[in-house]
Amino acid sequence: MISQVFILSSKGDHLIYKDFRGEAESNVVSVFYEKVTALTGDQPPVVMTHKDLHFIHIRQGGLYWVATTTADSSPFTIIEFLNRLSSLVKDYCGSLSEKSVQMNFALIYELLDEVVDYGYIQTTSSDVLKNFIQTEAVTSRPFSLFDLSNVGLFGAETQQSKVAPSSAATRPIQSSREQGGKSEIFVDVIERMSVVLGSNGVLMKADVEGEIRVKCYMPSCSEMRIGLNEEFSIGKSQLRGYGAAVRVDECSFHQAVKLDEFDTHRILRLCPSQGEQTVMQYQLADDLPSAPPFRLFSTIERDSGGRLLMYLKLRCDLPPKSAAINVSSTIPVPKGSVSLSQELSSPDQSAELRPQSRAIVWQIPRFPGGTQLSALFKLEVSGLSSASMLEVGPVGLSFELPKFTATGLQIRFLRLSPIQPGPSQRWVRYVTHSDSYTIRI
Amino acid sequence: MPYLGSEDTVRELRRALSNPNIQSDPLRYRNTILRVIRLMSQGVDVSGLFSEMVKACATVDIVHKKLVYVFLCSYAALNPELSLLVVNTLRKDCQDPNPMVRSLALRNMTNLRLPSLVEYVEQPLTSGLRDRAACVRRVAVLGWAKLYNLQPTTEIDAAVVNELYSLLRDPDPVVMVNCLRALEEILKEEGGVAINKPITHHLLNRLKECDVWGQCEVMKILQRYRPQSEDELFDILSLLDASLVSPHPPVMAATVGLFLSLCSGLPAVGLAALERVRAPLLAACGSVSREMRFTALCHIQLLLRSLPGLMGAHYKRFFCGYAEPAYIKQRKMQVLVELVNDENVSMLLDELKVYCTDVNTNTAQAAISAIGRIGRSYSDRCLEILTGLLGLKQEHITSAVVQTMRDLVWVCPQCSDTVCLALEGCEETLQDSQGRQALLWLLGVYGERVSSAPYTLEMFIDGVRSEASLGVKMELLTATMRLFLCRPAETQDMLGRLLHYCVDEETDMCVHDQALLYYRLLHCGMEETQKVLQGRRSDPSLGVLIGRSTEPVGQWARSFNTLEPLRQSAVETESVSRGSPEHVTFAPKPNTDLPDSLNSSQDEKVPKGSDGANWSKESPADVLASDAITPFSLSLSPALSPEEFERLWLQRQGWHVDEGAEDGDEEKDYVCVEEHIRCPAIPHCSPRSLQAAMQLVNIQTLAFTQPHTLPWRVYLYTHAQHTRSDDTCQSTLVLGELLYTGEADQKTGGETGTGDGETADKIAAEGREQEQVKQREEAVVTGLNGRETARKEREEDRVKVTLKQQAKDEEALRGFLSILTTVLHTLSSERA
Repeated sequence: MISQVFILSSKGDHLIYKDFRGEAESNVVSVFYEKVTALTGDQPPVVMTHKDLHFIHIRQGGLYWVATTTADSSPFTIIEFLNRLSSLVKDYCGSLSEKSVQMNFALIYELLDEVVDYGYIQTTSSDVLKNFIQTEAVTSRPFSLFDLSNVGLFGAETQQSKVAPSSAATRPIQSSREQGGKSEIFVDVIERMSVVLGSNGVLMKADVEGEIRVKCYMPSCSEMRIGLNEEFSIGKSQLRGYGAAVRVDECSFHQAVKLDEFDTHRILRLCPSQGEQTVMQYQLADDLPSAPPFRLFSTIERDSGGRLLMYLKLRCDLPPKSAAINVSSTIPVPKGSVSLSQELSSPDQSAELRPQSRAIVWQIPRFPGGTQLSALFKLEVSGLSSASMLEVGPVGLSFELPKFTATGLQIRFLRLSPIQPGPSQRWVRYVTHSDSYTIRI
Repeated sequence: MPYLGSEDTVRELRRALSNPNIQSDPLRYRNTILRVIRLMSQGVDVSGLFSEMVKACATVDIVHKKLVYVFLCSYAALNPELSLLVVNTLRKDCQDPNPMVRSLALRNMTNLRLPSLVEYVEQPLTSGLRDRAACVRRVAVLGWAKLYNLQPTTEIDAAVVNELYSLLRDPDPVVMVNCLRALEEILKEEGGVAINKPITHHLLNRLKECDVWGQCEVMKILQRYRPQSEDELFDILSLLDASLVSPHPPVMAATVGLFLSLCSGLPAVGLAALERVRAPLLAACGSVSREMRFTALCHIQLLLRSLPGLMGAHYKRFFCGYAEPAYIKQRKMQVLVELVNDENVSMLLDELKVYCTDVNTNTAQAAISAIGRIGRSYSDRCLEILTGLLGLKQEHITSAVVQTMRDLVWVCPQCSDTVCLALEGCEETLQDSQGRQALLWLLGVYGERVSSAPYTLEMFIDGVRSEASLGVKMELLTATMRLFLCRPAETQDMLGRLLHYCVDEETDMCVHDQALLYYRLLHCGMEETQKVLQGRRSDPSLGVLIGRSTEPVGQWARSFNTLEPLRQSAVETESVSRGSPEHVTFAPKPNTDLPDSLNSSQDEKVPKGSDGANWSKESPADVLASDAITPFSLSLSPALSPEEFERLWLQRQGWHVDEGAEDGDEEKDYVCVEEHIRCPAIPHCSPRSLQAAMQLVNIQTLAFTQPHTLPWRVYLYTHAQHTRSDDTCQSTLVLGELLYTGEADQKTGGETGTGDGETADKIAAEGREQEQVKQREEAVVTGLNGRETARKEREEDRVKVTLKQQAKDEEALRGFLSILTTVLHTLSSERA
């Protein structure tokens, strides 16, 4: 049972406030914000209590999404609800930010009204909600050069125009009603890796969590068939096909997915509802089918002048055709590091010392597979001792691997039936994120 | 901005709302209303516009209507009279052909929350229950709950309740679930909606139609149901099996909750269900949403209390990601500590070591204390890491390490040598009061082994004037006193100065009085001071291994899937002892305190005794047949420290050698027994399960060798008590050793337990056992009798049991032996 729901900006502005049961006082929002700001650090605990009021909150899009409730309610339900609410708002408003919530507050009130009644969750299915929600979303899209880049030289069809623009999936679902012809469907395979590599390059932990997400902008779509790799196998024992198997440990599906063809042909059948939904989730534990994407070779020593010298060589072991983007490695350094001088192997990289988080952040915008980058950092550390070396490492890497899946899961085909009238576009996108990629030194 | 000059804005809006030009243009009218709502949600008081907004609600545009209703519901309580006007419009809307309009009107009518409007609302609600459109019925059903809560004193209309019960068969699943919710609220007094067999089966059959939220709600309500037969129970459980591994964490959690409540009488089935949810719980632990991860982690901690082995193989899933928030990292470390075992300990410590230098000081300190916890079982490796960390010379790390070492030494006194070595030089880095208190405690207790202790204390004493922390001053006093006892020459002068300062100049009454107490104590002489100050150095209740006994599921089942497990963190981290261990742990009085301990042990005898009796009823009858006559029980109090055990054990052995030949026709109060028990698998079972099993019957195990090593030994003790016919309760101390030498020849039997008057005198003089005196009087008779014939069999699957009993009581010894035999047999059959 949810007593109130409110959305706050990170600065504490009231964006949305709805009281469902009229039981609590109206100053709860400020009580909550006081509690949040009274804590040091930016990570308030998920559950906070004030008298007999319990706040549960999540952070999404830089906003606090808060529900107040009673002690005996299920935290799983409420957190899942808040997550679902934020994704509904994202579906309806196009994107999640303070600005979009502010501009669409009427729409969000309308949503809340339909989703929760008297503190009880009624429905969060976008199929049901679309009949009730009448307000149009307001979007503001800043002018972007990126939109122009789709047009090739002299208007020629370029390779680029076959790739969906990154903004394509950040528009409100309802606009498809008006734009008519623009019916699109996105199937995203998103994987998150968490890896721990030992100092000698031994893989100490490797987990992959993946999901297939469908984002549908089609007003009417009766059935969709998604074909996965034929040799996709679940569990340790089961192996299929002759090729290299694509294996996962656990696999679960959205309840709307029909699995009658899954066992034989690895085909998922479903009728996607409008908006975003996760069709399939899977995990792979303690195993990677290919080599881990990055390795680090490091030498750390003290020079005669009392400085700390770090030679780092980072190698990208992806296949040569793919590349990692937005690679950012965080190298913890000893306390008391004052200044940094650096030699990087190419001009597009950058590195800076962040005394606040006691780390060097080394950024590489694009890192093609099969290549190697190196960096030399000289650190001025006050009070450097031999024990300070203990504080160096482990290196944390965050990156994005577009068009790449760590498990090797691929989508063979994507068929819609009946064939859509008018032009419809189907997009399949793959991306692997680093959930946590740690290399010990 | 709206906060400034909001009155002007409101005035301007009022003008706009009443402007006929704007009213006639739907778009402009709607925009004006939007501005009002925007102001409202920003917190500006726009209640002055109520009458204008009431007028605005007469419109056909649904978006417009919805906006106005948002406003009206927020401010209706302030304007009950004007709200009456709205009800008319709303009632008209309830007749609208569009179901969306009908449901909207009905919902807002009930959301106005005005008791004065109830009479107008009842009729539309009644007809709403029979509406064609499901969305109207959904609203109407909940509307009754709202209405009831507005006037909880009024009689409940039985017709409505019946109607709601019949709507449980509504084709729309949301209406069904809403009926449950409404009935729960309306019938709160009677304990909520009636859950009988037909309703339960109906709900279970329709569970599939409901969405995630509905399923959770239904399962929560079904927790009240008690199946009438075991067959029915298992039918229900197999029906729910698929939801148990649902990819939606809320459904999974609700199903587990229902399983636990249904299986409360069948713990084994409940445990099997918990095994099943391992995969979905682990998946939730890796979910994208951090908050969901946290929730899952907290619940895993809960499960580990009953199933410590549940996540053993998956410990790597609890390694922290470097970008995770501190609250998740700390929880993960708590879980990691639970999962440690011989195979993964080095991996785990490597990982935890990395967290110790985390930027976030809380995380770093949590990691250090986690290493300390592991140190209770693997002290060498952990102390090595902790000592290494001191080299960093960082304030927060050193402080955490010293505190951790203090806690560790309190539990594992054998670590004290390493700790004493590591302490040198720490005082320079320590800044916070917690860390310094810990250091002072260690210096006080182990002062004779730290060569620089007097100098460190002197430094503290020199700075006592500028010391702000009360705790540090108190600890300093105690530490200096203790050091004075073992190194008087070096400490005398500084103790004098400290006492002088504290008695004469200190303003805080606590410190002042403490100093005065010590001063007077010193006047009473060294003996007395020693008695007061030289207390225990370790926690006697814990022994060498920290037994993590498994709790029954029932202990936490009620808090599963509530907010409770998520909140515990605050409590736990606080209780991780700030202050010296003596104050924290519930330490029994030092054993010089005779009368006190006598009282306490008598208090405890009664409940323990009944426990034992219960247990004996459940155990196989043949074992305890003899004990059925005399009530017999085992108890762990008063606790015995490892050192004390060792001393007693060796003392007895000495007697063997010296006086074993003499045949006892003298007084005896001590018996030695050797017995062989056939239990092949025992030496291979894990120390933890053995200890858990022993504790169940109140036998404390003190030390183990690792499984699979030869010779394999376990040392244990207990207090056996049984009530005699003349209602005197008698207690004896039993020390035991289990020895398994594998195929090597076993030396058996032969030895005789003896004792004589002299030893008895010695024991009495020690005044260790409170029953001693009584015992001596009683222990007049029999000779050597406790000795069971030791069969000289050399089969490898026999475990040799050597028992030593102090204050001889044959009956008790026999009882103890039979209990021990049963436990070992049970364990060994489980293993097989």
